[in-house]
This record gives sequence, C-alpha cells and structure tokens, in this order.
Amino acid sequence: MPPFPRLPFLRLPKMPYLPGVSYPRVYLYKRLVQAKLFIDEQYATPINLGSVAGEAFFSKFHFIRLFKKAYGRTPGQYLTAVRVDRARTLLRGGHNVTDACYAVGFDSLSSFTGLFKRLTGQTPSAFKRECQAMRAEPLHFVPPCFAAHHGWASSPAVAAASVAVPPAAAPAEAPKEQF
Amino acid sequence: MIKRLSHVCIYVLDQDCAEDFYVNKLGLEVHTNAPLAPGIRWLTVRSPQQPDLELTLLPVVEGMMFDKGAAEKMRDLIKRGTFGYGVFETEDVFATYEELKAKGVEFKKAPKEEFYGIECIFKDDSGNWYSLSQPKKE
Repeated sequence: MPPFPRLPFLRLPKMPYLPGVSYPRVYLYKRLVQAKLFIDEQYATPINLGSVAGEAFFSKFHFIRLFKKAYGRTPGQYLTAVRVDRARTLLRGGHNVTDACYAVGFDSLSSFTGLFKRLTGQTPSAFKRECQAMRAEPLHFVPPCFAAHHGWASSPAVAAASVAVPPAAAPAEAPKEQF
Repeated sequence: MIKRLSHVCIYVLDQDCAEDFYVNKLGLEVHTNAPLAPGIRWLTVRSPQQPDLELTLLPVVEGMMFDKGAAEKMRDLIKRGTFGYGVFETEDVFATYEELKAKGVEFKKAPKEEFYGIECIFKDDSGNWYSLSQPKKE
C-alpha cells in the first residue's frame, strides 16, 4: 500500500454543514486539546481549574462550557478520572493503596477511596487483590474457549508463569493449600 | 437468544506497544492483564464509557493458532493495513482528532462530513484501522 498522502490540516467542509453541529473553529479546538493534555501530564500536581483555563487562554467559565461540550465531562470530573486511572496502573504494578493515592495527586485517603469506588465500582484494596489474583491464576480470567483454542489451558509455560508469582503477591489463601 | 457482544479480538504485532497505544493515546483503560506465558498476556482494554465490551489485544505468536508461515503472513497483513476492526464514537470528532494527532496518531482520513455524521480514519500502532465518528444528531 502506498504511504498515505499528508492531508492539509483539517479541510473545512463547504456549506451546507450538518444542522446542529457548530462550525469547527480550529484554533479553539487546538487550545482545548492543549488544556486536556495539560491535565493528562500534570494530574499529579495540585493543579486548579484556573491554571488549566489559563494554560489554554480561556476564561474559567467559558472553558468549562467548551470542555464539557467536547468531552462530556467537566475539567474537574476529567481530572479525577485521570487520577483514578493512573492509580489503577500503580496498584496493578504492585504499589500499595496509600502510595498510589498520594502519587496521583489526591491529598486524602478517604476521598481517594470514595472516588475510586464511585468511578470503578470497587475499592482500591479490592482492585489490588484482584490484580494479584490475576497474576496468580491467570486462566481464571480468560474465557475458557479462548484458552483451549490457543493451547493455554494445558500449556506448561502457563502453569510455570502461574507459579512464578512472588509469595508476597500471592493471595492470602494460597499458602494454606500447600500444607 | 443472543444478548450482547462482550469481547472482540484484535491481533497486534506487539502487546506492550499496543497497550501503550490503546491506553495512553486512545484513552482506553486496561480491564484484564493476566500473564499467561513469557510474551503472552490476556490483555483486554475497554472504554470507561462502555465497560461491558472488552477489546482483547492478542499477539500473533506461533503456537496452536498459527504455524510459522501463517504467523509471518498474518503479521505482514496486519502491517499492510488489511484489517479494520470497527467504529469508535466520540462526542466531538474535531476535538478527538486534534488530540490524537497531537499524540502522534496517524490518520488515513481527516474528519469529513458523511451522510451519517462526521468521520475520520486512524491506524493503531500495528496497522489496524478504525473509523472515528461523531454520529449525526437526529
């Protein structure tokens, strides 16, 4: 396949434009995206809405309105979602709940736990336990038909990977079975 | 009676790169990350706004599914952009387009008005393509 031609930046469509869709003002979108990327990068710092709006040269309320229109969430709700999402990555990597809470920019463990549960449906510690179980017994998390089809269900390599979990990361009930 | 679709399998060239692309560029979240063997994970991602559909990012590895020749052919087809896996919807296609472009995502087609809405087309890091669209409001 030939390389894709580089398209001129966002060719604006000719009128008539779709009813109900506002004309795309490219410079506004670029600034809005800049603000979102600012949150994506600076989520762990104590950023406030004023500084994000300022980063994109918007007044605060105009910014909230535009952001919500584009992303379906206010910048504040989006920041919380980014922090919870990054916390999930840290917990998955083996960090403890308190470390994850402060590392992503929350300043209270109770608000972190509450927001985490509201957004993901489970508490940070329950999520961490699930990740540990996933490493210990991966096949419990794979639809059996796929495991069989790919040859994982009976693969010695998969069995070896299951055993290779460090004892600290294994679920509490695992050692009992060995005795 | 069939109720819903829960998993879609997407073959990728490298699971680590694909995880970075689908999570850090597209903004999806990891749902399941279960290491099965060295180089193979059961890795699924999903949109936080559509939690009941998981995209399974499967590596093309030699084994029961592919022999050596088939794996090579499959990788070649993926790289050449043979497979298109579906349509992602967004509230605002221009904002998403600008954001993904700023993150280095390659687009095959810039946003264009079609009879069903506004659509553009991008490629993932392996070569699979997707439509990104903002449906027309009734």
